[in-house]
Amino acid sequence: MKVVVDMTLCQDHGQCAIAAPEVFRMDEDSKLVFDAEPDGSLSDAVQDAIDVCPVQAIFLER
Amino acid sequence: MPPTVVVVGASLGGLRAAEQLRAQGFGGRLLVVGAEPWMPYNRPPLSKEALGRGAGDGTAADLAAALAFRPRAAAHDVGWVLGRTAVGADLAARTVTLDDGTVLGYDALVVATGLRPRRLPVERPAGGRFTLRTADDAAALRREVRPGARAVVVGGGFVGCETAGTLAALGCRVTVVEPLPVPMLRGVGPELGTALLTHHREAGLRLETGIGVSDLVGRDDRVTGVRLDDGSVLPADLVVESVGSYPNVEWLAGNGLDLSDGLLCDNDLRVEGRRDVVAVGDVARFPNPRFDEVPRRVEHWCVPGDTARRAAATVVAHLAGAATSPEPFAPLPAFWSDQLGLRLQSFGAPRLADGADVVEGDLTDLRAGVAVVHRRAGRVVGTVLVNVPAARHAGYRSLVADAAHPVGHRV
Repeated sequence: MKVVVDMTLCQDHGQCAIAAPEVFRMDEDSKLVFDAEPDGSLSDAVQDAIDVCPVQAIFLER
Repeated sequence: MPPTVVVVGASLGGLRAAEQLRAQGFGGRLLVVGAEPWMPYNRPPLSKEALGRGAGDGTAADLAAALAFRPRAAAHDVGWVLGRTAVGADLAARTVTLDDGTVLGYDALVVATGLRPRRLPVERPAGGRFTLRTADDAAALRREVRPGARAVVVGGGFVGCETAGTLAALGCRVTVVEPLPVPMLRGVGPELGTALLTHHREAGLRLETGIGVSDLVGRDDRVTGVRLDDGSVLPADLVVESVGSYPNVEWLAGNGLDLSDGLLCDNDLRVEGRRDVVAVGDVARFPNPRFDEVPRRVEHWCVPGDTARRAAATVVAHLAGAATSPEPFAPLPAFWSDQLGLRLQSFGAPRLADGADVVEGDLTDLRAGVAVVHRRAGRVVGTVLVNVPAARHAGYRSLVADAAHPVGHRV
């Protein structure tokens, strides 16, 4: 599973970090950092993060 | 014959319902009916960047395409019936009738028809008046926006304030008219509402609060001004009506349902106890045991996703002849709003509160970051964060989630 975030869309809402904290995190400057190749067992959490992103900036590449 | 599920409504709620039905194992025929001709698209940008996006013609088709959701792969075999409006339903016969006369039979029905904007109760003048709900609405307003244009936004709620901020950034001279004393009063409470009023005025927006609109004035059926309750007239080249909305439920009339405020649902999103009809999104009036047992409609962007998941589980259980989950459905509402350089983020239900405390920052300097915690009868029910770094949102969310336990919750 490969996670891609379009950083031209991302507005640092941080909803992904709430939906899937194992994969997405807001750093001290409240900028997004994420694991681009999370374990397959986290696919439901990643899908939740994709769904709740207000600007739909998160993609899955299979 | 495999069972058929018909979803009426092809915005975020209809899309998420279809995706969740597939994700939860529904393998039958799945039809999604939508009144607009576009695939589901994201509406919040319509009051923000979509009004000003420089490139492209900014037609409704362009906007809907640019803002389109990417449906999950599992939903690839959904039948989309777009540009068709449901005009009737017979819940006893299990049929939905569309505006072209098509009759669709179903084994389960998902209602996700959403809302439409309320208008000012003034028929004429008709020209120069806008609402913001659809890509068509945004495209129409966008065509009229030009630097120096005098814009009056009627209604100082979240959408009204966002729209006003966007129009001001595009060079319009904007006035917001709000009958309550402060903007966004119900959503953020009086303390923060007062601070937002001050902030927005200092940012250059004109806000007329505590006064209503009595009439529109115009020439050749085109609006030229907004008359207020005190008789004064605000000159206007364009008027945006942001005065609330109506649930789209009239097509369900004749089935004995209470349609007074959306669709009355139980905690499994079943419409008035019917096992084969569920509601999703802001048309659903459901109890949230996180707060109490009062059914309420919630007009937040997160609600379609939350309700679709539970409603799909209800439908899948019904079609399998199984019981629904005993776990209460107790979503934690959340919303955000970007306006005039501020980002508001809320968790919980501040509108239920009877009091609030500023726990971080200073209401006289919203830009520097302020956190307000709302309580009801001493218990935390919500929070509104203004310009609080996103890294700390999860902590505030937990404060609300941990405090507002479901009724009967055992620790």
